[in-house]
Amino acid sequence: MSRTRGSNQALALAQGLGWFSIALGVAEVLAPHRVTRATGLHGHERLVSSYGVREIVTGIGLLTAKDPTPWVWGRVGGDALDLGTLAAGVAGPQRERSGIAFLMTLGIAALDVACALALRRPLPAAMASFRRRSGLPKPPGAMRGAASDFVVPADFRTPEALRPWTAKAG
Amino acid sequence: MRALRWHGKQDIRCDTVPDPKIEHPRDAIIKVTSCAICGSDLHLYDGFMPGMENGDIMGHETMGIVEEVGSEVTNLKKGDRVVIPFTIFCGECDQCRRGNFSVCERSNRNKSLADKVFGHTTAGLFGYTHLTGGYPGGQAEYLRVPFADKTHIKVPLGIPDETLLFLSDIFPTGWQAAVQCDIQPDDTVAIWGCGPVGQFAIRSALLLGAKQVIAIDRVPERLAMAEAGGATTIDFSKESVVERLNELTRGKGPEKCIDAVGMEAHATATIDSMYDRAKQAVMLETDRPHVLREMMYVCRPAGVLSIPGVYGGLLDKVPFGMAMNKGLTFRMGQTHVNRWTDDLLRRIEMGQIDPSFVITHKVGLEEGPNMYKTFRDKLDGCIKVVLKP
Ligand SMILES: NC(=O)c1ccc[n+]([C@@H]2O[C@H](COP(=O)([O-])OP(=O)(O)OC[C@H]3O[C@@H](n4cnc5c(N)ncnc54)[C@H](O)[C@@H]3O)[C@@H](O)[C@H]2O)c1
Ligand SMILES: [Zn+2]
Ligand SMILES: [Zn+2]
Repeated sequence: MSRTRGSNQALALAQGLGWFSIALGVAEVLAPHRVTRATGLHGHERLVSSYGVREIVTGIGLLTAKDPTPWVWGRVGGDALDLGTLAAGVAGPQRERSGIAFLMTLGIAALDVACALALRRPLPAAMASFRRRSGLPKPPGAMRGAASDFVVPADFRTPEALRPWTAKAG
Repeated sequence: MRALRWHGKQDIRCDTVPDPKIEHPRDAIIKVTSCAICGSDLHLYDGFMPGMENGDIMGHETMGIVEEVGSEVTNLKKGDRVVIPFTIFCGECDQCRRGNFSVCERSNRNKSLADKVFGHTTAGLFGYTHLTGGYPGGQAEYLRVPFADKTHIKVPLGIPDETLLFLSDIFPTGWQAAVQCDIQPDDTVAIWGCGPVGQFAIRSALLLGAKQVIAIDRVPERLAMAEAGGATTIDFSKESVVERLNELTRGKGPEKCIDAVGMEAHATATIDSMYDRAKQAVMLETDRPHVLREMMYVCRPAGVLSIPGVYGGLLDKVPFGMAMNKGLTFRMGQTHVNRWTDDLLRRIEMGQIDPSFVITHKVGLEEGPNMYKTFRDKLDGCIKVVLKP
């Protein structure tokens, strides 16, 4: 039951990540030069603006989907792509800037993974617990007909003439 | 007091509002100890039910302690423990005398409006559309109960709220759904929807002696819970419902079919349900009757369709000719809660069933708005939410 609170927080976090995606995406699309300067990826402006488009699409998905889970996993995939690109930057001339951006992205990736995990469907262990929720004191087979002392009121009964012959005979 | 109020489509907030007061000598005020969110609340949340107004207090599954009674309520006193049925009834009109409490002729304070829309009025309901009186609901710290001398179920101390709360609605609703089937020992009962109502319909059909109970849904944990209640399950997102039902009944179809889904049926990969979605989106149709059509098609001739699932208005492309020629019987309606609750309370006390099995989430009232979303979208394994004001 304590997971409930967690799940609501995860939903709120997914929304937050949605806005973050859109903000970052807009920056990458509109000002790719600034972004490449800040991250030490000089010369990769087109790549960065294409990443921006990806961020915007993901952001809209996160904010509008009924179930944001697949979009959060989409962010995790995107993080991997960003980290790969930044790792290449670390090998380049502006390794310090790329390194800082790499660490920041790593932090955000951890947040994305945590959010996706918090939103996930019940695990097999939880499924097993649903399989135990019968509400009955004995196995269902043993409870069949336990309430047959109940008399169906006349207004809910099938008219005698429409009952199967077998039911009448038996 | 705090209460969950409707402010528009998908906009429910926990607001502070004035406490309710006795307005009529037959009223009582209840201090709410537990209340729940129902599938019917989702139709209001999603804006499919006409007649809601900004600021309406939600909730119709409520229990608590009597706080104050009006001068004409002689069978209740402060401190009594009660479950409140979602149907308000006078107990004296022609319908009430027949036990048809959900169509009480006197409890709907917007009777003239309902007479116009429905031809004849139905009962007043808590936390629902103004067509049924627009009575403030029980997702709140206090609830005013009209006709309180009748509209209550007295429950003993010593049994937890969680076990008793669903006498207010979903347990009798699942029960009436099964009773409407007039179950015979040879019957196969097929139940569409494994939400809370479907879960209680499954167990009721079993207790009433159905030979085979088949449950249909697509949400894994709901199907697992259906199996726990003794049902054979069909995942409609993976298998053909009609084929499987025919297989399981040696080609003859189930004798009895229960629609525990209602007007928000999910699109399966069929043309008809896509057609419904499109029409609903442009407001040419209010309901998505996919399940109804499927039941009419697959039901064995001379069988019964029992419909606890709620519909709001006009349904399109319903194959009525098929139903007529097959000689199907339709039984439906809002539940006549108090017609069944004495017997069901006795069955709980006897230990035939413990309704608390269905609860997956228990939170404070202020978490309510989030829980509407969690419940509707079936996130976090959510099947039934209980709120503690
Ligand atoms: N008659 C009454 O007095 C009464 C009382 C309570 C609830 N209800 C109604 O009963 C219905 C169910 O209520 P609930 O609380 O269980 O709600 P719910 O929304 O939790 O359950 C509906 C279930 O139907 C499933 N479903 C959707 N489309 C389907 C399809 N095509 N085939 C099979 N299953 C499908 C969903 O996955 C879901 O599990 C609602 O319409 C509600 O308004 C009626
Ligand atoms: Zn309900
Ligand atoms: Zn009446």
